[in-house]
Amino acid sequence: MKKQLTIAITGLNNIDSPGPGIPVIRALRDSTEFDVRIIGLSYETLEPGIYMHEMVDYVYQIPFPKSGTDVIFGHISYINSVENIDVLIPNFDAELYNFIKLSGRMEKELGIKTFLPTMEQFEARHKVNLEEYGEKHGLLVPKSKMIFSTAEIPKLAQDFTYPIVVKGQFYDAHIAYNQEQVATYFNKIAAKWGLPIVIQQFVYGTEVNIVALGDGEGNMIGAVPMRKQYITDKGKAWAGVSLDDEGLIKQAKSMIGSSKWRGGMELEYIKTSDDEYYLIEINPRFPAWVYLAVGCGQNLPEALVKMALGEKVEAYDSYEIGKMFIRYSWDMIVDMKEFEEISTTGELGPKKRTPVD
Amino acid sequence: MISLKKNIAISESGFVFNPTTGDSFSLNSVGTDILKLLKDGKNEKEVKTTVIDRYDVDGETFDKDYYDFLKMLGQYKLLDAS
Repeated sequence: MKKQLTIAITGLNNIDSPGPGIPVIRALRDSTEFDVRIIGLSYETLEPGIYMHEMVDYVYQIPFPKSGTDVIFGHISYINSVENIDVLIPNFDAELYNFIKLSGRMEKELGIKTFLPTMEQFEARHKVNLEEYGEKHGLLVPKSKMIFSTAEIPKLAQDFTYPIVVKGQFYDAHIAYNQEQVATYFNKIAAKWGLPIVIQQFVYGTEVNIVALGDGEGNMIGAVPMRKQYITDKGKAWAGVSLDDEGLIKQAKSMIGSSKWRGGMELEYIKTSDDEYYLIEINPRFPAWVYLAVGCGQNLPEALVKMALGEKVEAYDSYEIGKMFIRYSWDMIVDMKEFEEISTTGELGPKKRTPVD
Repeated sequence: MISLKKNIAISESGFVFNPTTGDSFSLNSVGTDILKLLKDGKNEKEVKTTVIDRYDVDGETFDKDYYDFLKMLGQYKLLDAS
């Protein structure tokens, strides 16, 4: 008989720039070891996952990360009093700070387990620290610099050769070919994601990515490399294929070994024509394409849950090469009653559990 | 000697997949035959003999097109560096 688990998951925004929540849920529903009750944690009322009842058993709205750890802890405590959550998997970069900070308290006071990077690991891999991080772990990283004002833009030509990449601290990246474009992207990104803005040297080559899972002791539990085959106007993969790229796997293994990374992650690289790998970003959680890894034979979210529960997990040693994922959009028809319910009560789902369950 | 990378997949329909880069290509029957011969480790002389035997082409035209084709395979990173 499969183990029954209640797992709370964020990132239900299965939109054109999707959060990883639904793919992680699919992976857990595919588990051969668990039967899962999925509690969706949403921030906005139009996150499609809220209405995907075959994926999510019950949804609770939670406060935005800026509300602070105490407010979030209060909400999680209430949800836990109803749902008795076993494991919580946060899937947004912007919420990780709070959940990492709360992880000890959630386990001790509420019995909720997580499997997250340490605060030190989380902060060190931040875009703004990436160059230093590369030096520490022996990785090639494009030259980068933080800027806080458009007045700093003219001086960039002293340190960088155009084109350069203009990035937000959490999301968004644009290639700029001149000062004017840098200023435009600076204002656009700053308005949405705040300061600082990260300037990074553009590296010519092909973008390749790898999803991986570290056990926190320096071992890589699994990894699947992927190349995007179709990219949306937001730079997100709409289709991709698993690669036979030993070099990329070595990069991930070395990075996890050196940093003792704990949890899921995505490493984004530019592979040059000389087969050099430049690390351009470390995402401290599973990417939205994590279900490709499941399709290739590595159920990384299942392995993460097992590690969160303190179980020993054997590392995957193979995956299928040449497997593709192709996203599609699908219009759900939703009754206004459901929208009303999530908007007014902050809860929705066909399978409400009572506290006595 | 020119050799095709070992992990290149070639289907009967002429679909070619490079699992290292994720690139895929479609070839006509001549291209498919040449790639299969290279994958089987045939040298240039053996490739030439086979193609001239199978298709209506003279040696000079084959040489010209074959080198163009090899150059293209190299650009697409389908050949071993050696």
